[in-house]
Amino acid sequence: MAQNRARPLSPHLTIWKWGANMAASIMHRVTGTGLATVGVLVLTWWLVAAASGQKSYDYFLGWAAHPLGRFVLIGLSWAFFQHLGSGLRHFVLDVGAGYELNTNRFWARATFVFGVVMTAALWGYLLFVKG
Amino acid sequence: MGTGTGLGRVRGLGSAKHGGAHWVLHRMTAVGNLLLLPWLLISLVRLPTYDYTTVTTWLAQPMAAVPMMLLVISVFWHFRIGLQVVIEDYVHEEGTKFASLTALTFYTLGAAAFALFAIAKIALTGTPN
Repeated sequence: MAQNRARPLSPHLTIWKWGANMAASIMHRVTGTGLATVGVLVLTWWLVAAASGQKSYDYFLGWAAHPLGRFVLIGLSWAFFQHLGSGLRHFVLDVGAGYELNTNRFWARATFVFGVVMTAALWGYLLFVKG
Repeated sequence: MGTGTGLGRVRGLGSAKHGGAHWVLHRMTAVGNLLLLPWLLISLVRLPTYDYTTVTTWLAQPMAAVPMMLLVISVFWHFRIGLQVVIEDYVHEEGTKFASLTALTFYTLGAAAFALFAIAKIALTGTPN
């Protein structure tokens, strides 16, 4: 098809800046992919270890208490809460609500606050209250 | 066919005639996750310790084993749909796309089988002591 190269093209692919809504959308995919891979493997490992006996379960627990394992578990719980927050936002967007610019930006930002606050609350309770 | 909503207009369309069903199932499993994952999180937080006996004794109860099996089904179904969308968005070469979706299906069903078998074994063979 002949194309007039002189005609003005939309600059959408090169001219953009970060916005809360695109960040929330990208993080929804990133956290979802992380949960589906790392999260699912850890969950399956935990269940299979518990079904395989004391020895394999203790091996799992050793990794869960290791600083590296702790880092992964905290990361997974953050990914879960972030995905939960943006998932709830998606339910609202799915029914056609919340597209007004300010409302949309507010709730996109709120998903990030929710993710961090819930992760901090969970681990704060597990590590410092429950001990 | 409805004409009122976007979903109503796409239901029954597409080459396989069930394009809308995929979208609806993604939301339906999301609702399932919304019920079951907070249940798991609260149950785990409420456990006194996380040693072998405590965890397997808890998981062996019907009121824990059955929701846990439902959780595996809902969560794994949800991520299978989600990762399919991600693959279809970013993998454009047909051969690679087919191979990726096949690998995704094997991964989902393989991990789900291990997880469900593990729960069933704990629940049906009882606690160790």
